[in-house]
Amino acid sequence: MPPPRSIQKARIHPLGDTALLAELGSRLDTALNTRAIGLAAALRKRRDVRQAVAGYSSVTVHFDPDQATHESLGAAIKRLAAKRPKMAVPGRLHRIPVVYDGPDLDDVARAVGLSVEAVVEAHTRPIYRVFLVGFVPGWAYLGPLPEELELPRRHVPRTRVPAGSVAIAARQTGIYPLPVPGGWHLIGRSSVKLFLPDSDPPCLFRAGDRVKFFSARRAP
Amino acid sequence: MTSVLRVIEPGLLTTIQDLGRPAAIAAGVPPGGAMDRFAHRAANLLAGNSPHDATLECTMNGAQLVAEAPCLVAITGADFQPRINGAAAPTWTSMFLGRGDRLSFDGRRTGARAYIAVGGGFEGDRWLGSRSTSLIAARGGMHGRPLAKGDELSLAAERSAPAVAGRHLPPGLRPAYSGHALHAMPGPHVRRLDAESRKLLFAAEFAVSREADRMGYRLEGHRLATSGDELLSFGLVAGAVQVPRSGQPILLMADHQTAGGYPVVAVVISASMPIAAQLAPGDAVRFIQATAAEASRRRLTLSSALATLSAP
Repeated sequence: MPPPRSIQKARIHPLGDTALLAELGSRLDTALNTRAIGLAAALRKRRDVRQAVAGYSSVTVHFDPDQATHESLGAAIKRLAAKRPKMAVPGRLHRIPVVYDGPDLDDVARAVGLSVEAVVEAHTRPIYRVFLVGFVPGWAYLGPLPEELELPRRHVPRTRVPAGSVAIAARQTGIYPLPVPGGWHLIGRSSVKLFLPDSDPPCLFRAGDRVKFFSARRAP
Repeated sequence: MTSVLRVIEPGLLTTIQDLGRPAAIAAGVPPGGAMDRFAHRAANLLAGNSPHDATLECTMNGAQLVAEAPCLVAITGADFQPRINGAAAPTWTSMFLGRGDRLSFDGRRTGARAYIAVGGGFEGDRWLGSRSTSLIAARGGMHGRPLAKGDELSLAAERSAPAVAGRHLPPGLRPAYSGHALHAMPGPHVRRLDAESRKLLFAAEFAVSREADRMGYRLEGHRLATSGDELLSFGLVAGAVQVPRSGQPILLMADHQTAGGYPVVAVVISASMPIAAQLAPGDAVRFIQATAAEASRRRLTLSSALATLSAP
């Protein structure tokens, strides 16, 4: 029999006078992330909540200070977090073609002690989870990355990473939707559009979705 | 709709802004909106608008505009020394412009961002529920870009409130922009600072570096030392003081990234954000530790000041 699911205690931290951070844990963990997404959805229904955004294992809650305090909302969050989570609905599955020719691919292979082919094989093996959407429009934090590809971020971040770059860092992977500064290792590129400014929501990936990469040949 | 004001010179960075798109942060889109919400709201109320109408946010210097139709305007926030047809014009006051009247600015005296409201509110592209210009997404406001020479600005609506010139917000009710002291509550990761850095955070004087824009301000003068494992990314808020590994704190502003994993050691209270919005590169800035009760008192002071401007 599986062990009983432990009751998660939420830790409440003020984020200034109109927001708070509710931490459910500090591990990169699919179950924790599912709870965070569920908690954010439940909180968005409250009248005193302006917006609730799930992180990896936390929820950032923006509230109306005329209707709620950190204490009143914190108590409500602890009640909600103690409830048994609803069965998570599996997110949509996206299959993303990647041309593995990134400028850091050789360095990554050397650093982790694998061949380039083995790096590509490892990166295309899992079905990744979208843990959260954020940072810049269209960015999604995907993971967990296979352990054999785990590397710290680059010492010196690039001042401009081209849009479409497929990157890895720590136990995470992602695709840069816009040209922005970045410290992750660039292993490939994808032509998929992640930031969809004329759609609502304006992004392809949503928290809880699943992503599978496959290796595509260089376009002729 | 027909044009009410035409841009002769756009100034350094003038964008159409309203109260932003707070719901869009769940999709990774910065909330945006006016950096100084108090000045934005006050300008709108003086012009007989709703606080949700769009204003022009002028950065570091003013725009030069000419009226193509009679209109009621109000200029708030930073003092860039406005002039109408060359004669000094008051700030924080509603004024009529006749057709052909020219609004210009002499130059920056205090603050960093001035707001221009027009009776009826400025029209602009709506994106995700807001007319605010998002420069990173190139959407909203004037087609997602700053104003340019020759742009025609039109009204979002025919005015409904009676146009009254000469209404003003008394100086005593305006935020103390010259103070450069920001009240802030300790952040969730303040304990990651070493003892020395914790003292510095709420005592030392920092300076706003040249890397200061609508996304945030990198602060210099002191480095703050943090320890502990890398954090898992979480949702961020405007006002958050983040400390990356370099130790150089970053104060997040209206167009901030929506998620990140650097420790947040303090969060500037909402009533101090208008003052933060008026900081320019080179300005000194200090953080004063505040409680939630004090934040709420200061918030009330600002909302009562604005209430004096609401239509009777």
